[in-house]
Amino acid sequence: MTYRIHIRVVPRDGLLDPQGQAVEHALGALGFTGAGSVRVGRAIELALDAPNAGAAEASARKMCEQLLANPVTEDFTLTVEG
Amino acid sequence: MLRVAVVRFPGSNCDWDAYHAVERAGAEARFVWHRDTDLQQADVVILPGGFSYGDYLRSGAIARFSPVMQSVQHHAAAGGAVLGVCNGFQILCEAHLLPGALVRNDRLTFVSRPVWTRVERVDTFCTSAYSRGAEVRLPVAHGDGCYVADPDTLRLLEAEGRVVLRYIRGENPNGSVADIAGVSNAAGTVVGFMPHPERAVDPATGSEAGAGFFRSIAAWLPGGAARSTT
Repeated sequence: MTYRIHIRVVPRDGLLDPQGQAVEHALGALGFTGAGSVRVGRAIELALDAPNAGAAEASARKMCEQLLANPVTEDFTLTVEG
Repeated sequence: MLRVAVVRFPGSNCDWDAYHAVERAGAEARFVWHRDTDLQQADVVILPGGFSYGDYLRSGAIARFSPVMQSVQHHAAAGGAVLGVCNGFQILCEAHLLPGALVRNDRLTFVSRPVWTRVERVDTFCTSAYSRGAEVRLPVAHGDGCYVADPDTLRLLEAEGRVVLRYIRGENPNGSVADIAGVSNAAGTVVGFMPHPERAVDPATGSEAGAGFFRSIAAWLPGGAARSTT
């Protein structure tokens, strides 16, 4: 079975995110008042062959821990689409 | 003669500078391609600056998986000396050979200029030619040079005197925590920093302030203390 994995990587809370701050400033300049706490990260999508959704998620979690996110600076979330 | 392997990744661009700096200091330099696993009996391995793999994903994240890095891991585990400069420092952090990480400069701009730094750890293979507290003006050139680490790691680094190089107050070009420009492992055998001493070893390029790092390497006795430098 092939699963579609959606991974979201964002800078860890509390870590300075200068990109997020710059985007927040730009949103304010455009007149979008009230937008705050902007964090800029990355989204990664991949197709993964696995026997079941649980195995796919476990495998994707390892990918994040070992390569796709840096545990020192980033948090990740992932969803598995069947 | 002390032998230094300079690793070349696709996107390395300070490899020749490092080679030149090593040879000029009186040691023997060899290039090692990232796909090779033979470090050619090098005493010291240098991971030079550049943009390995285009900085894809995160700076240094992909280079960490190059075949040569297995050998570098073994070399380091056996107490061999490893120096990472700029992108090389990023690779060492990604490879968990050094703690912490390097993220985007706080002002988001690429910085390329000389900055004043202070050498704070001098019992390593690459800093022994300096006296503790020596102030050295070195070029920096990076976009992802902001050093971060969790509070426990920072406390450990400071307590064990593992901050090798620190930006002098007011000179910090990237927002690094505690003005940290470079750190080492506990033994001092693995060192990484953002500034580029290999770009300051020759009067032809305006400065010899960084030559001491390479004189230290050339005078280093593997497995022992530094030779007295002349």
